[in-house]
Amino acid sequence: MSAVVSHIREPLVNGGKTYHQITEDLCSPTERTPTASWVIAFLVAVTGLALYVFCVAWTIWEGIGSWDLNRTIGWSWDITNFVWWVGIGHAGTLISAILLLFRQRWRTGVNRAAEAMTIFAVICAGQFPLIHMGRLWLAMFIFPYPNTRGPLWVNFNSPLLWDVFAISTYFTVSLLFWYTGLVPDFATVRDRAKGLRRKVYNFLSFGWTGSAKHWQRWESLSLVLAGLATPLVLSVHTIVSFDFATSVIPGWHTTIFPPYFVAGAIFSGFAMVLTLMIMTRKVLKLEDYITIGHIESMNKVILLTGTIVGVAYLTELFIAWYSGYIYEQFAFYNRVLGPYWWSYVGMMSCNVLSPQLFWSKKMRRSIFVTFFMSIFINIGMWFERFVIIATTLARDYLPSSWSYYVPTWVEIGLFIGSLGLFFTLYLLFVRVAPVVAVAEIKSILKVAGDQYAGENAKKANAHADHH
Amino acid sequence: MSATHKEVLFGLYDDEEVLIKAVKQAKEDHLEIMDVYTPFPVHGLDPVLGLAESRLHIAGFIYGAIGTLTAFLFMSWVFTRDWPIIFGGKPYWSVPAFIPITFELTVLFASIGMVVSFYTVCGMAPGKTIPTLDDRITDDKFCIAFETNDASESHLDKLRSFFSASGASEVNTKVI
Repeated sequence: MSAVVSHIREPLVNGGKTYHQITEDLCSPTERTPTASWVIAFLVAVTGLALYVFCVAWTIWEGIGSWDLNRTIGWSWDITNFVWWVGIGHAGTLISAILLLFRQRWRTGVNRAAEAMTIFAVICAGQFPLIHMGRLWLAMFIFPYPNTRGPLWVNFNSPLLWDVFAISTYFTVSLLFWYTGLVPDFATVRDRAKGLRRKVYNFLSFGWTGSAKHWQRWESLSLVLAGLATPLVLSVHTIVSFDFATSVIPGWHTTIFPPYFVAGAIFSGFAMVLTLMIMTRKVLKLEDYITIGHIESMNKVILLTGTIVGVAYLTELFIAWYSGYIYEQFAFYNRVLGPYWWSYVGMMSCNVLSPQLFWSKKMRRSIFVTFFMSIFINIGMWFERFVIIATTLARDYLPSSWSYYVPTWVEIGLFIGSLGLFFTLYLLFVRVAPVVAVAEIKSILKVAGDQYAGENAKKANAHADHH
Repeated sequence: MSATHKEVLFGLYDDEEVLIKAVKQAKEDHLEIMDVYTPFPVHGLDPVLGLAESRLHIAGFIYGAIGTLTAFLFMSWVFTRDWPIIFGGKPYWSVPAFIPITFELTVLFASIGMVVSFYTVCGMAPGKTIPTLDDRITDDKFCIAFETNDASESHLDKLRSFFSASGASEVNTKVI
């Protein structure tokens, strides 16, 4: 085991931890009474959630007329929010699945929280198409079940239906993956607890014992689920992009959409992971587990995907001009210089220009810069979806139906409220489960803990060489 | 459960490398290990312990194949037999359009099937209580357990001397 210790790589676990200290550091946040900062954050989040519930109820009661959608602009903030949240939901599976397959050990510090974030983001995303249906009580029509209308089946050739399958599969698989990873850690919390708390965690841990055979199966399961989740995560945003790309709307009907959407999803997801991690490590004092090295690694992914997205924006413009097709050319002229020019500027500056700061190592390792950058990117990626959806629809083939869209208070409330829903779920999660995967951190301690692989170890080795 | 009470003699180790050496020693001494419990997956333990490779991934492949067939055959049946409809002038049996849903259901069936199989073969379920030997096994102790229901005094002595020779930090008994 000691053969794979690298003295060159930065340690992933600082502070000379023992196995017991890891358990103590990671489980104790669930055992302490909540701190004042947690209570304040929770109250704010729950207020947002209340706003969300109110606006959803209002939408269902009043109908979609309470939004500013019109015959020209049939999709706007609702679908923008949907795509934005689904995109955010991509980072968790990317970190936990793709980085597992690539054997990137730094994922262990952040995978648990990122997977939780994925699940909560998909919960937020899934609601927007449902409430957009207007008649929510008929939502089960989207599933192919034997019914008394023929049976009349759904249209399996429609990208909107593919989306139903993609999002629900993605949610289910992410949930199973996340929970299976949590089971051994729930057992750790169970074995530290007494009384009712022990009973609750005993229920949640499914009777985990830590038997060697169970660990072997658990690893096999994790690896295969990671292998399945990798093409899945790419397929989900590809299918989301098909919602647009298979239409005949100029500005949507482009073959670049799938890779462009997937890169954008990873980009926005990592930004949200950073926003959450920077706050979580500070509040729960996890700086030894979520290190500057972790933040730097994520910033590198952000720089790469942000640049891919930038190349995609420019390719779109070039291909629109090169196609010689006037409707396509107009759509992109309108996107950049039309009535919504300000959202295009917001998108370009937040997504493409500002991440270029991360070419500098100093910037990548600055928590302050990273935190603000992550917020910028979240905003920029929201603008990107708004640019694609609303500005494209606002100027269609018929100048007589051109229109402009301004959100109503209900739509604004739904968006802000969905952030409340997301943060409420996340804050509950950090109280209930260890935010960093306890067992997985222990398993990398000897190859990536600073007492084995860091400065101390280097000194010890140098010392040993003298003798 | 009362019929399956087991007397267990177990030793706790502080480090996984000591544990692996101890397991090797136990195998050489022909001691029959009931189970080994660890706080995290210890790599290199399975071959020493003589565990066969898990067949869970084979089950996963079968579940996935069932998902593929279910999705593809169902959509084909609906659009060619049960209720054929022309969409956009394309053939009834428009195979490329079936690929996304076929893929999604393959992944869904494989994942759900494997997770259910995993908990079933491990004997785990929501709310199930399986007695554990020591609370520190999920924290920082590595445990080798021997079943000692009908063990003679000389065999127990042999096990105890094995534990002290192999570096166990604690040796305890428990009935589970």
